[in-house]
Amino acid sequence: MTPSGSTSPAATAVSSQLSRARLAEIWETPADLRGILSSVDHKTIGKRYLVTAFVFFILGGLEAVVMRAQLVHGDMHLLTPEAYNQLFTMHGVTMIFLFASPVLSGFSNYLWPLMIGSRDMAFPRVNALSYWTFLLAGIFLYSSFLVGQAPDGGWFGYAPMTQRAYSPGLNIDFYALGLIYLGISTTVGAVNFIATFFTLRAPGMSLDRVPVILWGTLTVSFLIVFFIPALTVASTFLYLDRNVGTHFFDAANGGHPLLWQHLFWIFGHPWVYIVVLPAMGLASDIIPTFCRRPLAGYTFVALATIATGIVGSGVWLHHMFATGLPPLAMSFFSGASMTIAIPSGVSVAAWLATIWYGRPVFKVPFLFMIGFIILFVIGGVNGVMTAPVPFDWQLTDTYFVVAHLHYVLLGINVFPVFGALYYWMPKMSGRMMSERIGRWVFWLMFAGMNLAFFPMHITGMLGMARRVYTYPSGMGWDAANLVTTVGAVVFAAGVLLFLVDLVRSLRVGPLAGDNPWDAPTLEWSTTSPPPPYNFAVLPTVRSRYPLWEDRIPEGARSIVGRGPVLDDGRETIGTSPLDADPVAVLHMPPDSSWPLLLALALTVVFYALLAVSWLWTGVGALLVFICLVGWLTPSRPSRGAGED
Amino acid sequence: MATAAAALAIPYAPEAAHASGRWGMRLLIATESSFFAYLLFSYFYLGSMAPAWPPDGPPSLTVAGPDTVILLSSSVTLWWAERGIARGAQTRLRAGLLITFVLGAVFIALQAWEWSQKTFTPQTSAYGSLYFTVTGFHGAHVVAGLLMNLVVQVWAWRGLFTRDRHALVSNAALYWHFVDAVWVVVFTSLYLVPRLA
Repeated sequence: MTPSGSTSPAATAVSSQLSRARLAEIWETPADLRGILSSVDHKTIGKRYLVTAFVFFILGGLEAVVMRAQLVHGDMHLLTPEAYNQLFTMHGVTMIFLFASPVLSGFSNYLWPLMIGSRDMAFPRVNALSYWTFLLAGIFLYSSFLVGQAPDGGWFGYAPMTQRAYSPGLNIDFYALGLIYLGISTTVGAVNFIATFFTLRAPGMSLDRVPVILWGTLTVSFLIVFFIPALTVASTFLYLDRNVGTHFFDAANGGHPLLWQHLFWIFGHPWVYIVVLPAMGLASDIIPTFCRRPLAGYTFVALATIATGIVGSGVWLHHMFATGLPPLAMSFFSGASMTIAIPSGVSVAAWLATIWYGRPVFKVPFLFMIGFIILFVIGGVNGVMTAPVPFDWQLTDTYFVVAHLHYVLLGINVFPVFGALYYWMPKMSGRMMSERIGRWVFWLMFAGMNLAFFPMHITGMLGMARRVYTYPSGMGWDAANLVTTVGAVVFAAGVLLFLVDLVRSLRVGPLAGDNPWDAPTLEWSTTSPPPPYNFAVLPTVRSRYPLWEDRIPEGARSIVGRGPVLDDGRETIGTSPLDADPVAVLHMPPDSSWPLLLALALTVVFYALLAVSWLWTGVGALLVFICLVGWLTPSRPSRGAGED
Repeated sequence: MATAAAALAIPYAPEAAHASGRWGMRLLIATESSFFAYLLFSYFYLGSMAPAWPPDGPPSLTVAGPDTVILLSSSVTLWWAERGIARGAQTRLRAGLLITFVLGAVFIALQAWEWSQKTFTPQTSAYGSLYFTVTGFHGAHVVAGLLMNLVVQVWAWRGLFTRDRHALVSNAALYWHFVDAVWVVVFTSLYLVPRLA
């Protein structure tokens, strides 16, 4: 410990150097193989999440490009119907489950401890488990291509088409088990975020001072805790129906196919918010930096985030308007669906007000934010259009819905994510990305996106059904489909250019310094890239924008970079849930191989279930048990512990 | 040691990693409760559309009734054990864990016997599928709780827990109480509600 307050400045500087060396020794993960496999550093895990999610993004993108080649004009036979089914299913599964959500987990994992002035997440080893299970569940799903039996029932895999009688291969088994496995990853990650939010915010970072991304991720973490189990139950039923002979979705024996749809959409609609709310949070944290002023209506944005999460969990029936539900139920869910426009409108108004009253600086991350707001409004409007039941009946299962969901997912997920990559990459790598290439990336992606998906509104209204591998020429759909394919290629070119810029930046990009954007939040107060211990001295926070306080003549002053250093081992400060008053110095766990071993044991279980081998399932379960015991075994009580 | 903690005037908590496990356990229980809620949603959803639910009338209480009492009493014995270690009483912890384990094992044995007496299987009808899946998942949670109990017992016999340091015992106990509470809901839904009709 370094009592910097009680010694002379020179002595402080020397001891501070010593502390940093000591902290680095305590927190650094060795660069050998064992270190790589056992690291629990949230920054390492966050970057792994980002890279892995990006690899899946590229795979899903390639699937899309192949599909667009097939649909470039009518009566094409580049792909068989079976191959097309697998491609559109895996495109959806990949983008929704293996990219959109994990990429946001990547940002949250990397940024949360830095933003809240902590040294790690509440459960560093659980964090590692969350990543390894994500990676292995993704590999599990993609291994289906090796046997030529990738999931082919659409990303929402409706019964009874997914029952064994109509889908005899392993395709749907990969899907059901892969989603259960991925659910474990998502759930333990969410638990970690919630615990971190309520225990590790820097002293003084009360609820009204947290960056907005935390509100987004916290809200969706609760959604994950409560709604992923619906998907797990649905997928379990599906697996049992297919492999054990149960009758959950079998109408002939007392089951019902709509049970699947209820369970799936109880999960599925909140999932839409799970992949957009943290991205909206990213935007709410990026926009103020480039408008040179605080976010307008912070409290309203935070409350709108939570409100969207709550209302969004009660609208699942709007995916089922065409299934013959009672009119009263449909009216209720139609009304609830339209209500969501209100909190969304509040957020948009707050961003526009921030821009209007600010002095915008049009750097690349900000361009992506503008693109995001425009696409969000379009995706919101064409979404509200399908909320009324009659219009939904007309458009369901057409390309109009494809247009809507891509405006939502690309607009509110991909655009903020790319903006966030341009914004935080200098923090992660220590090097700037190119402003000039970045503008090209933005305009290619923005033009490509609109070229690709705007015409789908029209083809949808003209009656073109989604999920059909080809269409007859001469229906009046050819021109629009050609434009869509061109748009997809332009978009892909933008992504490719981004990768070029990324590689170039990592090698020769100009050094970023601590705070290249002159941004207000705590992650910019440490070096780029941050040291393994994040902050030598944990900050004490007195306002929402700690690094902008010196421009406000009077008002609170946060304490950054001064105070006691916690260096008696892996330590950080635990604080109270609401006001973030310090309550204890917490001892954090060291690097551990158990998370990876546990994830591997789980993988054994899931492959055994795929092979319907109860023996190997038992072996895998035993391995899981051994790993859990190894993980949780407490050390002998040390003398003196509990006495200070 | 812990001088920084002294400078900040807050306690040094070397076991905080385990204590914050409390948050983890609470949230695990939240997500597992949701899991059972969706299982029971499915039970009532299919039941609401069936001509007769359960098809052969309500299941008998002869075994399930006493079994419920046994499982609930195991929560009391575990509570007694946890209170023991909170006062540093090692023997009470060990004895309480052991009795709890025996009661839980008896519950599972009786449940298995009840299963063997059923005239239907998971493959007979949707009701059979749900009956065995719901009680099966609950049973699996009891087994998980028993395994936790077993591990905690081994550590208790090795003297790893003290008056100030027994977060793992508390977490395992919380999980066991949750498994018991779920049974009350499952028992009410599957055994008692059909009797109301």
